[in-house]
Amino acid sequence: MNYSWDWSVFFKPAVTGEGLYGVLLFDGVLWTLSLSLLSWCLALVLGTLTGIARVSDNPLMRWSSAVYVHCFRNTPLLVQLFLWYFVLPELLPVQWGDYIKQMNPTWNQFLSVVLCLTLYTTAGVAEQVRTGLESIAGGQANAAKAIGLGVWGTHRFVLLPQAFRIVLPSLTSDFMNVFKNSAAALAIGLMELTGQSRQISEFSGHPFESFIAATLIYMTITYLVVVFMRRLEHKMSVPGQMTAGVAH
Amino acid sequence: MNYEFDWGGIVPALPYLAQGMQTTLILVVVGMTLGISLGCVLAILRIFAPKPIAKLAAGYVNFFRSMPLILTIFWMFFLMPIVLRAITGNPYLSVGAMYSAIVALVLAESAYYCEIIRAGINSVRSGQMAAGKAIGMTTLQCLRWVVLPQALKNMTPALINQSIGLLKDTSLVYVISLNDFLGAAGQMGLRNGQLVEFYLFSAAVYLVICSAGVALVNHLQKKNKQAF
Repeated sequence: MNYSWDWSVFFKPAVTGEGLYGVLLFDGVLWTLSLSLLSWCLALVLGTLTGIARVSDNPLMRWSSAVYVHCFRNTPLLVQLFLWYFVLPELLPVQWGDYIKQMNPTWNQFLSVVLCLTLYTTAGVAEQVRTGLESIAGGQANAAKAIGLGVWGTHRFVLLPQAFRIVLPSLTSDFMNVFKNSAAALAIGLMELTGQSRQISEFSGHPFESFIAATLIYMTITYLVVVFMRRLEHKMSVPGQMTAGVAH
Repeated sequence: MNYEFDWGGIVPALPYLAQGMQTTLILVVVGMTLGISLGCVLAILRIFAPKPIAKLAAGYVNFFRSMPLILTIFWMFFLMPIVLRAITGNPYLSVGAMYSAIVALVLAESAYYCEIIRAGINSVRSGQMAAGKAIGMTTLQCLRWVVLPQALKNMTPALINQSIGLLKDTSLVYVISLNDFLGAAGQMGLRNGQLVEFYLFSAAVYLVICSAGVALVNHLQKKNKQAF
């Protein structure tokens, strides 16, 4: 194979004049991380609330959260991204739409992707939280009520701490999904890690090096997250309690 | 809201959208068939093969599960032709977006299918395998006639769920400009200046198809529950 390997390409200045190729790649990593971490934190909060609504006694809340989860889980991420990026500014009042369109394009893309990933992931987290809440014996909620806790206290001190321990492993894979889904941002022009590696492969003429670098970075981050979550699971586990089929 | 909807453009565009849908469905059907077959082989290797081979299969699964699908698609679209040219010695060989997308989808989805099938096989009690061996079957025969038929029933809902995911994932071929349903809708929307209507329409179509799949999963799960 007469491909000229050159791993020093990352230390060469980019033809775009934006600095070294390695720096471009690092920029991509930062975008990927900030997109996925920000969306994940927002989705964790919103997903918890939606998950609680899914099992609430109020039929309106139960029904509306079910519709939300169904719609957001059953349309492709890319379609949702296009709806937020291309369609939403047209449907808002004219001044708002104009304001969005006149924004700094990178920020516009960033916010659209965060909005999209947050709402998409919220639906997934809500399902996990619901599963967790449903798997807790009903006596727990009754006992919490009996000692005088309100709705907030019951969830905060009794139900959620147990539910989260049960679904922590599935939440890890949810986070992996946000992290991988953030690559969709390149479809609207935000140069996160995958987009950046593609750009570097074109500019530098070294496609193998740039895609291999991106792959290794994704694998490393995934590995670190898995190790971190294992530790967290271990730390959070309550002796004697079964978590996801594993007895501690 | 000041936007004036004009849904009239959708009807004349339907034949073109149908072509896009055809591409999407081909990707789904081929991805599902080959993905489940390869996933099945991987799962059996992970459970029954000698340790080094099982580890290799596990490595494959973890590799593809840690990468974004878009990156896999780029690998197959930009790099696979270069490798194939080097192997075959034919400098003009081209693969095309469709085959690249199929290869990427099959490789990536088989990793996810593998995990589902592995869980399915593990859900069959080990006594079944032992009983099969006791009446003189080989491991493969036990799998074929005893374990897999039972496992299949347990894992069908998960397999359909994953295939719904596959349908959603096929829209990512947009990044290599393959004209699937979403691509076709985007093109028509741009041409007519009706991106809003076409993207909303495509969202609705995906929602309807996926909802049908979800309904099927719920039905099967109810039936499985009754059976036990």
